Amino acid sequence: MSEVASAVASEVKETFHVVGKSVPRRDGIGHVTGKTVYVDDISFPGMLHLKMVRSPIHHGIIRNVDFSEAEKVPGFVRVLTHRDVPKNLYTILCLIGVGPDEEPVLAVDRVLYKGEPIAAIVAETEEAAMEAVSRVRLDLEELPAVFDVEEALKPDAPILKPWGTNYFIYEGHPCRRVRFGDVEKGFAQADYIIEEVYNTSPIEHAPTETTACVAKPEPDGRYTVYTNTQALFFTMDNTALILQVPFSKLHFVGGTVGGGFGGKVDVIVEPIATLAAMKTGRPVKFKYTREEEMRVSSTRSAWRMYFKDGVMKDGRIIARKVISYADSGAYNRHTPYVITKHAANVAGPYFIPNVYIDVYCVYTNRQPASAMRGFGVTPASFAVECQMDKIAETIGMDPWEIRFINAYRNGDMRPHQKVVEDATLIEVMKAAAELAGHPLPEHLLKMHSWDRERA
Amino acid sequence: MAKLRGTGIAAVNYPTGMNLGGDPSQALIHATTTGTFVISLSSTDLGQGLKTVIAQIGAEALGVPFEKVLIDTADTDTGPHCMGTFASRATHRVGNAVIMAAKEARKVMLEVAAEELEASPDDLDTDGQGNIYVKGSPERKIDITSVALAAHFKYGRSISGRGMYIKPKSPVDPETGKMDPDSTEAHACMVAEVEVDTETGEVTVLSLKSAYEVGRQVNPALVREQIIGGAFMGMAHALYETTAPYYPSPDHAPGNFSEYILPGPHELPRIESVVLEYPSVNGPYGVKGVGEMTANAPIPAIINAVSNAIGVRLTEFPITPEKVLRALERSPKMKQLTQASA
Repeated sequence: MSEVASAVASEVKETFHVVGKSVPRRDGIGHVTGKTVYVDDISFPGMLHLKMVRSPIHHGIIRNVDFSEAEKVPGFVRVLTHRDVPKNLYTILCLIGVGPDEEPVLAVDRVLYKGEPIAAIVAETEEAAMEAVSRVRLDLEELPAVFDVEEALKPDAPILKPWGTNYFIYEGHPCRRVRFGDVEKGFAQADYIIEEVYNTSPIEHAPTETTACVAKPEPDGRYTVYTNTQALFFTMDNTALILQVPFSKLHFVGGTVGGGFGGKVDVIVEPIATLAAMKTGRPVKFKYTREEEMRVSSTRSAWRMYFKDGVMKDGRIIARKVISYADSGAYNRHTPYVITKHAANVAGPYFIPNVYIDVYCVYTNRQPASAMRGFGVTPASFAVECQMDKIAETIGMDPWEIRFINAYRNGDMRPHQKVVEDATLIEVMKAAAELAGHPLPEHLLKMHSWDRERA
Repeated sequence: MAKLRGTGIAAVNYPTGMNLGGDPSQALIHATTTGTFVISLSSTDLGQGLKTVIAQIGAEALGVPFEKVLIDTADTDTGPHCMGTFASRATHRVGNAVIMAAKEARKVMLEVAAEELEASPDDLDTDGQGNIYVKGSPERKIDITSVALAAHFKYGRSISGRGMYIKPKSPVDPETGKMDPDSTEAHACMVAEVEVDTETGEVTVLSLKSAYEVGRQVNPALVREQIIGGAFMGMAHALYETTAPYYPSPDHAPGNFSEYILPGPHELPRIESVVLEYPSVNGPYGVKGVGEMTANAPIPAIINAVSNAIGVRLTEFPITPEKVLRALERSPKMKQLTQASA
């Protein structure tokens, strides 16, 4: 049903022995016959299971947590609270040099989203752990919650962050900025001003294999952690920082992931499972249920993007202003870094001489957003390409032509002041039009991504 | 009731690598006594085939058959550091590290072969079939197993190499946003054809036709799998997926796959693609990266196609049947259809 042909541009043809050959993937047979070993297949004698006590409300103060009934459940082993976590902060942003880290491993006195972990229960079986979790009595005082990015920025919104704002601060600015040319001058010269607002929803990574790990104490005093993380050392280093143990105490094993899509770089299950293994001296498995994967684990952030373009009658876009808001949910995770990638790409693969971009990382009482395939570029490409069609429609131009006219070429300056050096947008458009049987006019077929460079 | 057809296009770029750099990966290579080459890493394979393409790059750079290269990865006690598999970075970063390690190992391999063949290492080459031969006289050759045995037991030499790749971390100017957010850029253009059922609001994607330019393809079949898988994921994003069906309301959050709707095999459209190769300057053998980008173009292409079909511009995703029906209430095409049938 599907066919993909390869057309190798003649000027780059070289001789290779194995690069460029479709050798069969080595793990394919194992995957399709169910013989590949995933983390959930790993089990050890005496292994315990960990389940989280989670907030049933979107925002609130923790008055008291009573474990007395949970402790009576047959198979209950122990509970872990924030007091047991040596450095009770996720450190993922500090490790990539962004910061500040602000998400507790286990909630201390406040919860910011429904599903936020308050305590971990370790039991002999998964069923016993779940039963004990259901018997924990939470005394919470519910607070007003905010779910909309623009509502969260209003003065009367409940403030979610210790630094007093509901947005991430970029070197003194409330947003990541891009300034190129003079956008107001561009709007003044434009024949058309074309505005639109684009919205996206939060999306789940939906991996086949849910987030999971098994932490196992070894006789030499070290801990082996079997995990489906996408980033082995990053996860190990963060775990060591949170547990305040020497890095050499930990040994992480992984490498086979049943679907990542960015959903397995948050370092969420490994620190607490390793802590449980340390406290109990037994192997501990912590595996998300499908419901946790959907309702608690990070999502792709929802976005709202306001576009304002200044366009000439001949189709040239001469000014673009974009104000974007990403819904980070209750915590940072990777979203502040996602914002920067969005800022670099939301003007699109087009040459626009005047660009003004503000991108806000906004906190709401929603399950945290984080990394996901496309990392801020997915919403940008969506909005840009829908806006290109809107421009074409508004000025009465063919949607192909508007893209060819504005396509960036090698040698052009992008709004973040990097010179384009490997553009092939025009080439892929020509190839796609040909494949789809859409004839392009001669003046478009004559264009190349290097024609300005040569001129 | 009518079925409206529409076509939409989208053209996109996608950057390779962690956007501000500072994301290293390492590779160590050694030959066993019998000439199997083990590439030690700590990179994870997400199901996209990383272990296979890295073995291909290693075999190419060493000049040995693919079958003689093993990937030993994802054990922090034995594999050197890798930042992780994300940001469309793994083939680019790890591939570069492997080429660097392979050059060092290959140098020793050729030096040992030169001793055995009584030739200069500069005069030797590999045939990619497991032999090292004297350039110009291919009958003077030695197989790689014999070279590895000689290296170990005769000369006491380790055929091994170390490789590392990093794009140094770069800052963002907080005032202007000046930054260097990519190593290279891949590109794609997609044409989507859809059919909209005006009674149910359901959108059927008929075809997704695309052209991709991803630098050199290490393994065209795996590139094709990424394009097909990404097209399906993008289609799911455009039409089905959300954890908040009435965003920003947090209500009705799905908890399983019967509530979180994904398309199934029945919804698989015709997917066709051509792949152009314009090698990048800094990728291994000109690789760019096809990891994340394939889910991006389908979203606006499909939404533009639906807008084209119903004559109303849609500005959000997913466009569920409910949203399509509400848009149809504003559609001039629907007014014409209603008038025609009345």
